[in-house]
Amino acid sequence: MSRAALTHPVDGRFGAFGGQYVPETLMSALKELEDMWHEAKADPQFQLELAGHRRAFIGRPTPLYAATRLGEQYGGTHIHFKREDLCHTGAHKLNNAVGQALLAVRMGKKRIIAETGAGQHGVATATVCARFGLECTVYMGSEDMQRQSMNVRRMKLLGAKVVEVTSGTRTLKDATTEAIRDWVSNVRTTHYIIGSVVGPHPYPEMVRDLQRVIGDEAREQYLSLDGKLPDVVVACVGGGSNAIGIFTAFLDDRDVQLVGVEAAGKGIRTGEHAASLVGGRPGVLHGSYSYVLQDGDGQILPTHSISAGLDYPGVGPEHAFLRDIERVEYVAVTDKDALAAFRLCTRLEGIMPALEPSHAIHHAGVIAKELGPGGRILVCLSGRGDKDMDSVDGG
Amino acid sequence: MVAETSSRLENAVRAHGDLKLIAYIMAGHPSKKRSIEVGKRLAGTGIAALEIGIPHSDPLADGPIIQRAGQKALAAGTTVAGALEVAEAVAREGIPVVLMTYINPVLAYDPRKFAAEAAQAGVAGVIVPDLPIEEAEPVAGWLRSASLDTVFMVAPTTPPDRIATIASHSSGFVYCVTVTGITGVRRDLPEGIAELLAEVRKRTTLPVAAGFGISRQDHLKALRGKLDAAAVGSAIVDEIDRAGDGVSLVRELLKACGTGR
Repeated sequence: MSRAALTHPVDGRFGAFGGQYVPETLMSALKELEDMWHEAKADPQFQLELAGHRRAFIGRPTPLYAATRLGEQYGGTHIHFKREDLCHTGAHKLNNAVGQALLAVRMGKKRIIAETGAGQHGVATATVCARFGLECTVYMGSEDMQRQSMNVRRMKLLGAKVVEVTSGTRTLKDATTEAIRDWVSNVRTTHYIIGSVVGPHPYPEMVRDLQRVIGDEAREQYLSLDGKLPDVVVACVGGGSNAIGIFTAFLDDRDVQLVGVEAAGKGIRTGEHAASLVGGRPGVLHGSYSYVLQDGDGQILPTHSISAGLDYPGVGPEHAFLRDIERVEYVAVTDKDALAAFRLCTRLEGIMPALEPSHAIHHAGVIAKELGPGGRILVCLSGRGDKDMDSVDGG
Repeated sequence: MVAETSSRLENAVRAHGDLKLIAYIMAGHPSKKRSIEVGKRLAGTGIAALEIGIPHSDPLADGPIIQRAGQKALAAGTTVAGALEVAEAVAREGIPVVLMTYINPVLAYDPRKFAAEAAQAGVAGVIVPDLPIEEAEPVAGWLRSASLDTVFMVAPTTPPDRIATIASHSSGFVYCVTVTGITGVRRDLPEGIAELLAEVRKRTTLPVAAGFGISRQDHLKALRGKLDAAAVGSAIVDEIDRAGDGVSLVRELLKACGTGR
């Protein structure tokens, strides 16, 4: 089962999910991208260059950290964080942006576009564009621009043009739609750096390939502790790139339970959430077939999460596949619980997590109770929380 | 894949020394009643076919004008079932109606049910701009089984050998997207359009229609003789958005086609 999972996608699909539901205008660009990616991936020179940037620019490998005081609080569990918050620019997003920027340079495309929700992917993209001398335009919903104003300032300082998106829900979904429309219009000169394992093939595969470094490192680091693997690996899931990044290395370890944590917002029953796998059904959004939050007529629903990075009505098609073959379990955590975990982690560990992985930290506490003392949990700490100061009041 | 005999849509949009005009409206924009009224009026102008859009929350191929119309239609409560009723009311005028919809509303509605009900409503064909030929089945098969034409799109970025494949999946006509981009009103026709149309015509016996960015008499004059039909959308939708009905615009445009009544 998990062997099969690792060989996916087949013809651009993970089981029934994925595909290329885009206007004809983009089809030849997607074919070019797929060919170029497979060629680059197999090119030792490209891999060497990527490894160099990972080491010196991103700051990899990121550490594996024993969160002992949090573990005590959770009843004597061994909790480890994979510290993606220590990546340059503060989140795992740079792993993907660096790889895709190198690919854009290889393809001779000098203009880059990106969408962003929390602003972390926008900052990562603006950062690599500064580093590689590429023109950069970032699409961001006006609501997200308000709640993540610091990241807007960072992007502008880095030389990116930030385009405010006022259509629809004014968040990540609409920013992505706008970015795709830009790409349809400028596809000959422009590379679109999608920020997650979403979008049409080959994006879910390519972004996974660039993010799997998280899990590859973490698995090796974890084994070097005492030769054993964790019982459970937990990661938050919006589009799902940090989760795919850490899960991929463990897919064949059948004894390792994998858990993806979506945003339950104000509660699944209220309808104000962003949990596509827990509360959605299969459909097409942004070029791929996956689980989508939609009404009975196939219109995409507005979402809610306190964390802008999880506030998205779709999810990567590989997650949909992993859910359906029951290799990964998906759950959802509310705003309130995520905020509590944010505070707890900050106070006990001196590490301020982003609100996105705070969802995963909360659920690690839930699992810890199930496992009992001595349980072993690995959490992907996908980013740092400085950006969330405005969403987290005082106390 | 293509029907042995010419379909009603194919016959309607094929040029005979002239240029046919295809108009576009959004179902439910600004209301269901009004879109039926406008559709009927446009049907009487001498256009060859009417495209009726089904609104979608995330229209990847549409520019701001049609996107806004879609948002207004959704805000007015337009559903897929409601759009089919608009199509049925307008099709009763005898004009071939082509539904233009994104794939997700069709999937959510149930493609087989959608195909059956569209056929029942008298619809002639369906265009799904985010359904490239690779993803077309099984939905396109169900549409064809219901005797609906499946119109696929060719873009300026489509390689020549792929044009023939797209044409072979199409029936009714082949839709040639004139610009590398989304729908909208543009001042000039893009460069290279004549070459693209010639490439497409070489590779199909179906009528060829062009759309995206066509809105002016001089565009139509320049296109005449190079293809069978031109589709005008955003310019008409913009007039409807401003409480107009697009009829006088369409009549003006028809003068440049040589098919006006």
